[in-house]
Amino acid sequence: MLFIVRRLVFYLVAAWVALTINFFIPRLMPGNAVQSIMSKFPNLQPAAYKALEALLGVGNPGSIWHQYWAYLDDVFHLNFGTDVTQYPAQVSTLLGETLPWTIILVGTATVIAFFVGTALGIMAGWRHGGSLDRVLPGLMFLQAIPYFFFALILIELFAVKLHVFPIGQGYAQGLVPGWNWSFISSAVYHSLLPALTIVLASIAGWMLQMRNVMITTIGEDYVIAAQAKGLSNHRVILTYAARNALLPQLQAFGLAVGFVVSGALIMEIVFSYPGIGLLLLTAVSSNDFPLMQAIFLVITFAVLLANLIVDIVIVFVDPRTRAREATS
Amino acid sequence: MTAVLPISAEPAALPQEETRPGRWRRMPAKAKVGAVLLGLFVLTAIIGPLVAPYDPSFQNPLPSLSLHAPYSAHLLGTTQSGQDVLSQLLVGIRLTLELGLLVGVVATVLAVIVGVSAAFLGGAWDEVLSLVTNVFLVIPALPLLIVLLGYLPQKGQIATILVLSILGWPWGARVIRAQTLAIRNRDFVAASRETGETTWRIIVFEIIPNEVSLIAASFVNTVLYAIGASVALAFIGVADLTSWSLGTMLYWAESQQALQLGAWWWFVPPGLAVALMGTALVLVNTGIDELGNPRLRDAASASRIAGRWLRPADPTPVLAEVSQRRGTLARFAHSFSRSSLLDETEGGKS
Repeated sequence: MLFIVRRLVFYLVAAWVALTINFFIPRLMPGNAVQSIMSKFPNLQPAAYKALEALLGVGNPGSIWHQYWAYLDDVFHLNFGTDVTQYPAQVSTLLGETLPWTIILVGTATVIAFFVGTALGIMAGWRHGGSLDRVLPGLMFLQAIPYFFFALILIELFAVKLHVFPIGQGYAQGLVPGWNWSFISSAVYHSLLPALTIVLASIAGWMLQMRNVMITTIGEDYVIAAQAKGLSNHRVILTYAARNALLPQLQAFGLAVGFVVSGALIMEIVFSYPGIGLLLLTAVSSNDFPLMQAIFLVITFAVLLANLIVDIVIVFVDPRTRAREATS
Repeated sequence: MTAVLPISAEPAALPQEETRPGRWRRMPAKAKVGAVLLGLFVLTAIIGPLVAPYDPSFQNPLPSLSLHAPYSAHLLGTTQSGQDVLSQLLVGIRLTLELGLLVGVVATVLAVIVGVSAAFLGGAWDEVLSLVTNVFLVIPALPLLIVLLGYLPQKGQIATILVLSILGWPWGARVIRAQTLAIRNRDFVAASRETGETTWRIIVFEIIPNEVSLIAASFVNTVLYAIGASVALAFIGVADLTSWSLGTMLYWAESQQALQLGAWWWFVPPGLAVALMGTALVLVNTGIDELGNPRLRDAASASRIAGRWLRPADPTPVLAEVSQRRGTLARFAHSFSRSSLLDETEGGKS
């Protein structure tokens, strides 16, 4: 498990870099963030003012090292301070309320899009020049549409014109969130159109990438050798070509998760979906810097975790990662 | 006699066509469409603001011109405050495309430098550069962009380009590093090293030519990322909202509820322009890919057999597939292919 340990160390370093960037941005950027926040929210308590100053490093809150350690300590204890927009709510409470919505919706939809897109890419790559290639320009168009614009079009079609899906929100009005059937079914129903948006908008990317890697892979000698051995097409495609083509695809998944999540966050805004994205819009439109920074950290940690999971999968799929361990 | 004539005429006609096929003719149809589309956008970006019929910010106070559907004087209709959508679109395409291309150039240059040097220098250099690349890569760009630009008092074009470039290079760098690592261990690189070529010569003449399609793909992807990110940032309001880009158009359309008011002519053109711009870039990318990759090249010399386009460089499996289809031509082609020989040995065994 040396490979995993090494990756784990890397993600810890990445998390530390993100934390450090997050710490220094407000201290290096021009302008006085505290003043701009206070001018927007004149009725804030003096205590909140002090907390903001400490968080953003304005005034004279002690030496930079002292501030840094206090900041790391706060983040470690999930203490992101008090929110100024919805004072006196804690930022961590707001994140805790919205995060499950985003993780369930975006996570499920992204995994579905990845698997379906990869499967289609295997087929398109193997039958290079076949009927699936004819829809490629359409797929490229699909891939190029911004998520939120796609969401607007789908809402116009399915919610406004056809009334098949609700226009937005995470669940029907009047329901109280809880583990009961009426709430869960309503939440699932409301998440279908956003999920469809993510799947349709991102599936083409997975498919095109897998197709291209497949085309390169089927030209390799070992694939021809596998055919020469008289193996069935099915076995050659899945065990020889696709398995090797899957590795770049998996690595790309780790990288693209950040993009997909970012796109999905903007999409949430269009749907008024009660996730992190909508919270981010509130933060941006009200200059709520502490909330913005906390959201940045949370999304970063989620993406790091997704990458770690992909690495574990790669160890299972690629024997070379295990072989390298044995030699090193 | 009449049957012989065309055959004798053919060899004379063929070389003329084959020797000077022209780069444009050899390009696949998809790439042509992409190039034409992208050319149209570049042309629009250059002359668009000059031919725009109105000042995009001019608010016509006539109440009848608020949210007017497209007609002869306003070809794409008007916004709620009587601004001309076509003029906004023409000006907006320039700003968005300009931003995308500039970020693409800056970020791709950074990506090539970092990616190739990391893979080639190896050792501690690779460790450090890869670490920096991977750290910047796993940190999701958009939220960081929002925080960075959010703190900036002025969110102008140059600030956005700089921030997008700083966060846009790691994707390309990682892919290029991986490819360089793979190529570095190939025999032809080992051979050139044995003949005493310098590291720089190997990088510039052996490594990079083998990565042209990858670098181009990285450039196109970065431009796509830049356009997508800038439009998304503007859409949620993190941009200079007084300037006209495709993103700010969408921001105003959304914030003034164009969708709810049924003003499709207001929010569809900018979104469609972004999507078409992206499609053009991806289409061009496939063309560059086929020029740089011998396995995908020679599309023009492909011949149509059993309803499928087959290229000389196509790997054997494709021919094996064709042989499974019924048809005289397919069986004819199959009889020459490598897989038919394999079939025979297989038959001999059983």
